[in-house]
Amino acid sequence: MLRELFNKLSDPIISFPLVTIGFYLMLKHYKTFGSKKFAYWTVAILIPVTAWFLSDHNFFSIISTPDNIPIIILLVCVAFFTWFALHKAALNDTRIEEGLGPIEATPENREKVWSWPNLVYTELFAMIACTAFLVVWAIVFKAPLEESANPTWAPNPAKAPWYFLGLQEMLVYFDPWMAGVVLPGLIVAGLIAIPYIDTNPKGNGYFTLKERAMAITAFLYGWLVLWVYLIIVGVFLRGPNWTFYGPFEYWDFHKVVASFNVNLSEIIWIKTLGIGLPKNLVVREIFGIILSLAYIVIIPPWFAKATRVGRNLFKDVGAIRYYIFMFLILMTMSLPIKMILRWLFSLKYIVALPEWELNL
Amino acid sequence: MNLDSKQSLNRREFFSYITVGWVMFSASVGGLLSLCFRFTYPNVNFEPEMEFLAGAPTDYPSGVDERWKNLYGVWMVKQEGKLIALSNICTHLGCIPNWLPAELKFKCPCHGSGYYMSGINFEGPTPRPLERFKIGLQPDGKIKVDKTKVFRWEKGEWDSPDSFLEV
Ligand code: FES
Repeated sequence: MLRELFNKLSDPIISFPLVTIGFYLMLKHYKTFGSKKFAYWTVAILIPVTAWFLSDHNFFSIISTPDNIPIIILLVCVAFFTWFALHKAALNDTRIEEGLGPIEATPENREKVWSWPNLVYTELFAMIACTAFLVVWAIVFKAPLEESANPTWAPNPAKAPWYFLGLQEMLVYFDPWMAGVVLPGLIVAGLIAIPYIDTNPKGNGYFTLKERAMAITAFLYGWLVLWVYLIIVGVFLRGPNWTFYGPFEYWDFHKVVASFNVNLSEIIWIKTLGIGLPKNLVVREIFGIILSLAYIVIIPPWFAKATRVGRNLFKDVGAIRYYIFMFLILMTMSLPIKMILRWLFSLKYIVALPEWELNL
Repeated sequence: MNLDSKQSLNRREFFSYITVGWVMFSASVGGLLSLCFRFTYPNVNFEPEMEFLAGAPTDYPSGVDERWKNLYGVWMVKQEGKLIALSNICTHLGCIPNWLPAELKFKCPCHGSGYYMSGINFEGPTPRPLERFKIGLQPDGKIKVDKTKVFRWEKGEWDSPDSFLEV
């Protein structure tokens, strides 16, 4: 029963909103989340829960695949460091509210040390520890060796390396041009652009959330929810035929999921207006084109006029930075938007022009 | 001593040495680069043939036939009086879908696109149907499939008489 419930809850249709809400609560109540008490309780609760999860055969077999073990280690690290940063930020923000500086600025923390030997020794030790760890790892876990490559056959499920599974999950909702070229390109360009867009001088050399709320929220949402969460889904919850399988579900090759997808043009012209698709391509896709353009062109100026956050941001960073920032944010948000549209309306593409290899 | 050996190398000798050195250096770098260049060409080419003979139309039962799938990447589909040669490359990102006889559909293992037997897409992210290859009868009654010519549905090419065989 409980397992059934977990299977249901982890379906992206439910777990994505849950993760988003969780993310919001985490940042809203980061002082609670970042407290030691919270961490201890979480660990205390997680240990029996994990044990119960592991007692399930299907769950255990997915988790214990040699490929997947390092991913779990990484996920634990991500969780720990997120907590750690918020923990430090919570301490500092409380101090700053009381009028004391951040902990990093106290006289005893301002003392400087030499990089040799202090830093170099630490690095040397880390190097040796890593090497030893990798040697043991290589002895204990065998690398899976599969059959030789065959251009007319693909394994099922065919999975990208784990760090690309977020992208592969994105491809479920987008055309390859978007999810494979445009969006990854924008991720890289956006990361490079951060120092030029971000004019906030605060938070330099110390942990804080309050003084950099917008920057941290925007980045962490993209990182935790749109990247790490999608990797989790791609690694653990996608089985044969890229169908969703709950954590306790057996990977049955014959699981049938009906998912009949339609384009926006079909919904409007055929279902709503009751006439066939127009012959002219542009006329056929006109609604999608208008919507997409409006999304990119109208929202940023509207946001800068109508909302307080937008007005302040516009004033603080100036027009060019503001529009670049908003463009990046809108492109980021296009992923959750398309996911939700797919789930709610089985919508495939907002603009579907396969004749021009252009699908949005 | 050191001074002596230095003085024994005059300007002219120095230049001849350095010329030899440079020639050898460039030659070895050039050789290495040409090896690298050679390496980019495969020794054996496993590319499937672009044209093949596929027997007589009566060899195929109605439905999807997978006999050429591994060799040439082609499904032969006989349906509603037509025999077509369907490409087995997903039009989303180029994975190889599987034919699921129980569900009567092609299903891609990469992002879950699904196609009907005719090649028309109906689920998952793929934007367009599978492509069809040129298919024709030879004078001796054998089918010839030509993969260099593809027919795309969204371009209205599936009506072309070369894209199917009447059976
Ligand atoms: S490659 Fe077939 S669904 Fe993406």
